[in-house]
Amino acid sequence: MLSSAAGVLFDGFAYGMLSVGLSVTLGMMNFVNLAHCSFAMVGAYATMTLVGNWGWPFLATLPVAFIDAAVVALILERIFFRRLYRASDLDQCLLTIGIVFISIAAYAWFYTTEQQSVRIPDWLQGSWHAGALAFAHYRVFLIVFGLAITALLIFGIERTRWGAQVRAAVDNQRMARGLGIDVDRAFMFTFALGGGLAGLGGALSIQMVGLDPTFALTYLVYVLIVVAIGGLGSIGGSFVAAIVLGISDMAGKYYFPWLGAFLIYLVMVGLLMWRPLGLFGKR
Amino acid sequence: MLSTRKLNKRFGSLVVAQDIDLSLPRGVRYALIGPNGAGKTTLINLITGLLAPDSGAIFLGEEQITALKPHQRVRRGLARTFQINTLFPHLSALESVTLAVLERDGNAHNWWKGLPSFASAADEAFAILESLHLQASVGKETRELAYGQQRLLEIALALATRPRVLLLDEPGAGVPKDESAALFAAVEGLSRELTVLFIEHDMDVVFRFASRILVMAGGRLLVEGTPAEIADNEQVREIYLGSRRRAA
Amino acid sequence: MHFQGLTRWRPLEVVFWLCTLLPFVLTPSYLSLASQIAITALFALSLDLILGYAGIVSLGHAAFFGFGAYTAGLIAKHYWTEPLSALLIAGLSAGILGYALSHIVVRFRHLALIMLTMGFGLLLAEAANSAHAITGGADGLQGFRVPGVLGFRFDMFGRTAYAFALAVLFLCFLICRRIIHSPFGLALRGIRENATRMPAIGAPSQAHLRKAYTIAAVMAGLAGAVLTQTTSTVSLETLSFGRSADVLVILILGGAGRLYGGILGAVIYMVARDQFSGVSPQYWYFWIGLVLVAVVMFLPNGILGGLNAFYKKAQ
Repeated sequence: MLSSAAGVLFDGFAYGMLSVGLSVTLGMMNFVNLAHCSFAMVGAYATMTLVGNWGWPFLATLPVAFIDAAVVALILERIFFRRLYRASDLDQCLLTIGIVFISIAAYAWFYTTEQQSVRIPDWLQGSWHAGALAFAHYRVFLIVFGLAITALLIFGIERTRWGAQVRAAVDNQRMARGLGIDVDRAFMFTFALGGGLAGLGGALSIQMVGLDPTFALTYLVYVLIVVAIGGLGSIGGSFVAAIVLGISDMAGKYYFPWLGAFLIYLVMVGLLMWRPLGLFGKR
Repeated sequence: MLSTRKLNKRFGSLVVAQDIDLSLPRGVRYALIGPNGAGKTTLINLITGLLAPDSGAIFLGEEQITALKPHQRVRRGLARTFQINTLFPHLSALESVTLAVLERDGNAHNWWKGLPSFASAADEAFAILESLHLQASVGKETRELAYGQQRLLEIALALATRPRVLLLDEPGAGVPKDESAALFAAVEGLSRELTVLFIEHDMDVVFRFASRILVMAGGRLLVEGTPAEIADNEQVREIYLGSRRRAA
Repeated sequence: MHFQGLTRWRPLEVVFWLCTLLPFVLTPSYLSLASQIAITALFALSLDLILGYAGIVSLGHAAFFGFGAYTAGLIAKHYWTEPLSALLIAGLSAGILGYALSHIVVRFRHLALIMLTMGFGLLLAEAANSAHAITGGADGLQGFRVPGVLGFRFDMFGRTAYAFALAVLFLCFLICRRIIHSPFGLALRGIRENATRMPAIGAPSQAHLRKAYTIAAVMAGLAGAVLTQTTSTVSLETLSFGRSADVLVILILGGAGRLYGGILGAVIYMVARDQFSGVSPQYWYFWIGLVLVAVVMFLPNGILGGLNAFYKKAQ
């Protein structure tokens, strides 16, 4: 019983890692970026190709995954997204869904629709055993990594000048410009960061959920739920929400398998009704 | 006609309304003045129900309306305009005012009969727009109207509800001096039966249209009186002219 | 005097509806596709009522479509196969579901609203999946056949099916048209244009929205029921998030808030999909994605909106 509870907790945390990047664009920039999962796919396929075809060690591919996804995000931001920062939620949803569809088609074309996997280093495989509990090495790694990134993000946003500039720009563009802040660059950089983190999350998640071109769409729903509950405008919030959801999902599947994903949706609907702005939302 | 009793509201440590006691009899024109941040618009929001007070009561006539929703208060005769134009961009002026008339008469739920069969509502809407000299623009979409005309449309919408009490939030806001003549002619032309409260910063306007003045500062109602009394009031001078007076 | 000519039928409209009869003679081998288009058009029309006119963004509208579909299927399977009465019951029950949900839905805006509607849709889909004793689960509801309507048989040529679907579409269209030109329609537009102003003119916005949501649910349920009755099968897909997303894309493509946008979008989308899906599903995703991006960036009011703007400029 207890070991499965721990397993549930771990998987929950791991889901949280996938969405940390989304909380940057959605949380900081108030932009509904459903294409987040496409950026995740960019990173994931980059890692897979480097490990599988070029024999790179897994960990070494992570920075590349980050950069790849960040560059793609940057390009898309320059061409499309920057025109929609003040558009309606619906328009942002639709545009980014369109990008998701295009990315699915593109990746299916180049990589076929087969499931892919990566070879992770030996020391990340297996698990520690403490009595009846089993802690999978990979999941521990994910959690530590995710916590570190979140801490870095929160620090960066609250304590650095960059963070202050972006927060100011999101709050009031005109005022920020008047203060001499290069709003365009701040947004561009932040979006790239969000995309890069998505790529990182994607690369890290292959081990857990596999990889094929529909990855972007399948996990879209989950990621979006996380942010809607965690709230716009809060990085810590999406993190907590991801954990709550991951745990509910795992708990549902483990303890009430006949309910399926019912539990997640129920939790989401309930939480949203109680707090429409998300648990920590500031918008 | 409109009265409040010990209205209180705070946001955390910020007190926006403190023990507000108001009593506005029928047919009198009040101006509500005070420095920025005094809580004037907040008071209107509290009275109209957009904001819920922490404590206190609001009365329209004999009836207590504190628990009523905003649209219910409007149905009982309490109307307001907004400081920033809050209009229907893609509806024409005529459609907007007709909608207000239809809502007032309780006909807006009707989905079976076409608009053309509600001629009396449209005619009344037209008449209201005509009284504000907007008849030439009735077919134009609201977003195509000039700013001054939009301010007038704000008032038209409020008038269409046939209010007993009308709260105007800076009716002339943003309208340049030479265009505001039409606006204030409209305010002047308002029925003498109507209780009017308007927020205003321009003292000329205040002294011209108001028969009584309320002064607010820091969330509190400081003083009430006739224009002459207020002009002589030490406290009011302090609030508005404070530093200059000391320098003199 | 005012608003005169508002409800008059424009010649283009008459032409359009006459054209809907063309498939009977011009493309008789495509009649089953034509029925699908008519059904989807009705579904999109129902979404237009809440999205295009009232401004409620719903990512879960398939809940009512599927609910109507399953209701009609269950009636045909366990009770009787007469379609018209089942159609009415299906529509009504979808309406009851819509009315119940509307009490929650109308209290929310923006992202929370989008998420909530999506959540309700997902919940219903999951429930249907789990309750496979009733719904047949992932295999769908099978083992029944609706032979025909009013004495006409549903045969493999699809003539009766198309006639049936077209008739239901037209009837609902007439109702929508009436709504839009009525005081209620004006009120809905008012809510969409400025939700803050509505209470300030004495409008009970939430009551209006509940009514619109319920009517839209009824129509979506009718569309689902027609699908069931013309195909004699129901699948979980009718409740899926995919279907909710599809109808949203269709409506945006055609142009929301313009009465005909959903119909136009349905025609274009379904014909294109029919042509492309033969090639490969990837192709389809790619083009739909491209269209979506193009519509949002360049044609925010959909095709009808673009045509309207073009027409205005040309004058």
